[in-house]
Amino acid sequence: MAFTTEQISIMDSIIARYPRKRSAIMPLLHYVQSIDGYVTNEGIELIGQKLDLATAEVTAVSTFYTQYKSKPVGEYHLGICTNTLCAVMGGDVIFDAVKDHLGIENDGVTSDGKVSVEHIECNAACDYAPVVMVNWEFYDNQTVQSVKDLVDGARSGNPPAPTRGPNKLRTWKQNSAVLAGISDGLANEGVQAGEPTLLGLKKAKGGA
Amino acid sequence: MSKLTPVLSAHWDEADSFTIAGYKRNGGYSAVAKALAMKPDEVIQLVKDSGLRGRGGAGFPTGNKWGFIPQGDNKEHYLVVNADESEPGTCKDMPLLLANPHVLVEGVIIGSYAIRANHAFIYIRGEVTHVVRRVQQAIEDAYAAGLLGKNILGKGFDLELVLHVGAGAYICGEETALLDSLEGFRGQPRLRPPFPAIAGLYAKPTVVNNVESIASVPAIINNGVAWFSAMGTEKSKGFTLYSLSGHVNNPGQFEAPLGITLRQLLEISGGVRNGHKLKFWTPGGSSTPIFTDVHLDVPLDYEGVSAAGSMLGTKALQIFDETTCVVRAVLRWTEFYKHESCGKCTPCREGTWWLVQVLKDLEAGKGVEADLDKLLDLCDNIMGRSFCALADGAASPIISSLKYFRQEYLDHLTAGRCPFDPMAATLFETSGVK
Amino acid sequence: MSIQEVSTEQATEMITCVIDGFEITVPKGTLVIRAAEKLGIQIPRFCDHPLLEPAGACRQCLVDIEINGRAFPKPQASCTIPVENGMIVKTQLTSPVADKAQKGIMELLLINHPLDCPVCDKGGECPLQNQAMSTGRSESRFEGIKRTFEKPVAISSQVLLDRERCVLCARCTRFSEQIAGDPFITLNERGALQQVGIYEDEPFDSYYSGNTVQICPVGALTGTSYRFRARPFDLVSTKSACEHCASGCDMRTDVRRGKTLRRLAGDDTDVNEEWNCDKGRWAFKYEVAKNRITVPMIRDENGQLQEASWPEALAAAAAGLKHVKAGVLVGGRATIEDAYGYSKFARITLGTNNIDFRARTSSSEELDFLASTPLTATYKDIDRADHVVLINFEPEDESPIVFLRIYKQVHKRAIKVTSIAPFASRGTKKLNANLVKAAAGNEISAITELNELSSKSVVLIGERLAETPGALFAITQLIAKSGAKLGWIPRRAGERGAIMAGAASNILPGNRLVTDNSARVDIATVWSSDSLPSDPGLNTNEIINSSLDAVLIGGVDPMDISADAKIKLSKKFIVSLEIRQSDITDIANVVLPVAAVVEKSGSFMDWQGKVRSFEAAVEQSLNRSDVRILSMLADEIGKPINLPTVKAAKSEFDSIGNWDGSKVAMKSVSNEPRKTVGNDEAVLNSWRNLLDKGSLQDGEDNLAGTARKSVVVISPDRAAKLGVKEDQLVRVSNDYGAITLPCKVLDIEESSVWLPRNSVSSQLIRNLGVVSNSIVKVAKA
Repeated sequence: MAFTTEQISIMDSIIARYPRKRSAIMPLLHYVQSIDGYVTNEGIELIGQKLDLATAEVTAVSTFYTQYKSKPVGEYHLGICTNTLCAVMGGDVIFDAVKDHLGIENDGVTSDGKVSVEHIECNAACDYAPVVMVNWEFYDNQTVQSVKDLVDGARSGNPPAPTRGPNKLRTWKQNSAVLAGISDGLANEGVQAGEPTLLGLKKAKGGA
Repeated sequence: MSKLTPVLSAHWDEADSFTIAGYKRNGGYSAVAKALAMKPDEVIQLVKDSGLRGRGGAGFPTGNKWGFIPQGDNKEHYLVVNADESEPGTCKDMPLLLANPHVLVEGVIIGSYAIRANHAFIYIRGEVTHVVRRVQQAIEDAYAAGLLGKNILGKGFDLELVLHVGAGAYICGEETALLDSLEGFRGQPRLRPPFPAIAGLYAKPTVVNNVESIASVPAIINNGVAWFSAMGTEKSKGFTLYSLSGHVNNPGQFEAPLGITLRQLLEISGGVRNGHKLKFWTPGGSSTPIFTDVHLDVPLDYEGVSAAGSMLGTKALQIFDETTCVVRAVLRWTEFYKHESCGKCTPCREGTWWLVQVLKDLEAGKGVEADLDKLLDLCDNIMGRSFCALADGAASPIISSLKYFRQEYLDHLTAGRCPFDPMAATLFETSGVK
Repeated sequence: MSIQEVSTEQATEMITCVIDGFEITVPKGTLVIRAAEKLGIQIPRFCDHPLLEPAGACRQCLVDIEINGRAFPKPQASCTIPVENGMIVKTQLTSPVADKAQKGIMELLLINHPLDCPVCDKGGECPLQNQAMSTGRSESRFEGIKRTFEKPVAISSQVLLDRERCVLCARCTRFSEQIAGDPFITLNERGALQQVGIYEDEPFDSYYSGNTVQICPVGALTGTSYRFRARPFDLVSTKSACEHCASGCDMRTDVRRGKTLRRLAGDDTDVNEEWNCDKGRWAFKYEVAKNRITVPMIRDENGQLQEASWPEALAAAAAGLKHVKAGVLVGGRATIEDAYGYSKFARITLGTNNIDFRARTSSSEELDFLASTPLTATYKDIDRADHVVLINFEPEDESPIVFLRIYKQVHKRAIKVTSIAPFASRGTKKLNANLVKAAAGNEISAITELNELSSKSVVLIGERLAETPGALFAITQLIAKSGAKLGWIPRRAGERGAIMAGAASNILPGNRLVTDNSARVDIATVWSSDSLPSDPGLNTNEIINSSLDAVLIGGVDPMDISADAKIKLSKKFIVSLEIRQSDITDIANVVLPVAAVVEKSGSFMDWQGKVRSFEAAVEQSLNRSDVRILSMLADEIGKPINLPTVKAAKSEFDSIGNWDGSKVAMKSVSNEPRKTVGNDEAVLNSWRNLLDKGSLQDGEDNLAGTARKSVVVISPDRAAKLGVKEDQLVRVSNDYGAITLPCKVLDIEESSVWLPRNSVSSQLIRNLGVVSNSIVKVAKA
């Protein structure tokens, strides 16, 4: 789709953050995903124009990073950690069960466009394993049932809130804007830490 | 009883620990005032004297890194924080930033002042939306409080701080790949020399530091060199975050002096999960050669772990009990390295591709004993031959697992399949999950 | 910048190290791999290329290194490490570790490489194949599944990509970015899926794309027109010179059984380094075009050309030229030897100075300029320049290797570039040049206002500057004032040589003025002639418009000169020396076939004045060089020029030497008044795109597929006034005719409109009768 004047001026403000404009390519790609849902050709061409880059140079960058999608993902995009530790502790089972439950393969999207699934690498939450991310929000200590409930809720428009995140799960596009550095004002929502994060402190204070 | 020393985590249990009000209530941003009253070189010297070493894995002395920045060169300098935490098993920086992003912002201000940088960046991995929100908010609040921007605290020091969000590439944790990524290129490592201290971001002198390293600076400024260096061991000073995960009763973050042992940490936390026993573990993420139960008393500092044949790395202690198939674990890590190889150099790109195929066959019980030697020879042709250390990391779990568990590989070949029940390793009930 | 200057002007520091036990001393900064080469030690490599920045990517060149007793803990890539004093290097020849490391890398490179060598163009000249033999294992240990990709994919109409064969050395992508400034091919994806690619809607339409095919160390990039045509060991290679422009490229021509199958860039550090442009590489099929002439022809009483024997044809030509007022037109593509033949033929055989080499728009001011002005600039001067000024000269289109040389310094040293032009072309943008906008005809004030030049500056002017009266005179004043080096860069390969050969109405060979008595005596002596004609002759336009009875024409397209040149010439007796049927053979009374460049030997003089000689690449050809035909014709007329062979012409020409006598200063020329342009009018401007309707590009459709699209360039203001948006049609017209093309809205000088001079749907002489500096109407179509 064509970008609005307002969207283009937001892009200009993203570019203005950096001493050299080429640095803005990553937030701009996140921003394109917040509008189009994935990295569209229109987005690539506009970024190329904005940054004085050949379209090939933009593609070279967008295809390097796994978070940039070349085709649409669901409104709720699940990343199921199947790196060794999560996989061993249940990630593999969860991943298989979810694919089965939704009837889609890795990188697939449900026909209603609501949910997509990919297996991901370690997401820096190993003390909460098995971990599932939805739109890159933490869903800690997952089980097969909890993830089934999660995707069922997502498909009916009522996903549960992240374990460590805002009070309500936002969509893929909304969260992509946050990754582009555009604040949604939700930083103060949610817990400051989960139990494992606090365990050492608790023990130091003599807690059991 | 406790050998634990909560410093960074001291106030994480307060519900507003991540806000500027919460941080200030506990003395936050007092170190900035102290540091800005010092000369930049005095700040560098203090950090040097403290013995603080990089907490991102390599353990390079932080103060020395700062000292490499040429002064009076009339060039822009940059401080870049590496918050691309992605090493499997590593899970310290993200909870730190979720619970208290301001301590990083404060450290950035001090570090930038010391190296005479007026522009700093935090490069954070992209798969953590809420952490991004918290850090972004902290930066905005710090600007509003006059702690960032022009003439900070009226001391004439200017600093712009930009949060840069990655997009899913483990290699960007390598500092030169991170810089290329931050400049808007594919995140592939650069040739060195020139080193970032001479030609880093935009070819200007640049320091790249891990989150935990920078976040440790305010406490050092506030409490002094003696306080910091009283903790830890002779060459590994201070406190650090140990991340315990896997088959333990209570996983989590434990802040302790360097040199604590896994046995002590397990005692404090509640041990390996009930009814099971320790089989193997990583001292510092998947790139560090694995340890077994014979290494329970290795002091977890830079020298101790190194002497025992591994690396302290990110202090990511992933614990696996006897239900875990080591071949499966190693295969999965190898698949990770294959997925995350940037593709630039041959041994890493092609080597990880091949290693996965060999390991897949071995896990499925296909092959002959000579294949293990072939596997080791491949590792020999990959390790130390690649452009950066990623491929070394890929070879480490393979070589170390073959060192300690060669028989288990052979058992697969004898059985013609994996002899383990993967369900037994999960945290779930083994019935009715599907 | 100062660092660079020091290193070029001070004595280079020398470094001594030991490689495999042999001591060697090399300049500081030399890479280990290159120092080893000097000892004759070949370290295998793929990504390394001496003209590209080091990548260290393939890891094939690993060696063991120690410095002052401290050994690196692991083998190092010798392509990334400069030698140091006290360094001890052990290559695969003396270090088992390096040897194993190299063998290990080779094995890894081959696991995913397809075994399609028998059908691969690179087979037989493939660095991977060769080094797999020298460094590889005899048997693969890989038992898995190879990576597969769709093969091949066209990344442009002339380059095909086979990703399965690619070893990801990034030579092609580095070339595109670092050398050509055209980053249209990039490394995409990551890890084992990393692959070279283009953006789907933007093909690899770089003027220099063929170089990537040449430097690809495997068969991943192949040229469409050469694909599956030959085996390297069936080809006979001949060192040759490019005939396409005045850049002066060293080339290699590969021929199989009398047919040119490909041409490659040669290696000349003073000129093209190891590069060339796609026109030079791929435009050679004209020589075997269907309308090739191989037999002499005479026009019969019915006006039809009939094949004739050589004696008949020579007799007919002689009859028409003898005892009449005649002139000579030599196209700008003649070799020095041929141009010298025409020059001598005009003076000795026809007894006239009516000769001109300029088959294009031209002026007598230009002849005066060329006869009087030292052209001093060279490629090396560009390497050292602090500032390069381009005036009515678009290097990327008009002399592509000059562009590469300037781009290199922009890339390396960020030197200053200024361009006087109507708008910033793509090339100008790549050079990050400061644009001084000028309408055609109005360049002079921009020239006189160039104040920052010094003796380190280089001023490069194009042949189009002759289209503005007074501009060349202004250049001579600029050079006198600033001391800058001057280069005049014509488009065609033969023009500088033609001047030196005296193929112009005002000069004799060796830059001797026709009007200078002692100069004439010099030449008359060499030519064993009593005297030479002393009246300045007629130039191209004058010859065409004159009442001369006969004209001898070699290699001229009248449509390059003016719209009515053909009609005017058709009224005269025409002897045409040509390789193919043309507008001139259409009207010729006698047609004499001559050899194409690959069929003959000769020399070209590039824009710097450097001479490059070449031998015939196709030895079996029966076609003869122009000078040989001219010599026969002169014999027939009875006024011999005694140049029976190219060799004879060359040695006689070389014996003449350059004029060392006094020079006459250029006459001052007054400027034209500035044109007033009405609201719906514009001043026409144009140049030739590198790839266009030029006849030497005939027959190569794959090359034509990468030509830039024809557009009308107008300013945003004009677009708004016309009510047109980008890509909408705009009509440019005058009393002669009209051209309608999609428009491109750029920041062009307000009164100007630009069109390609000789491209598809935009052949200005044919369609408008003019090429520049003329008022046209511009309207929405």
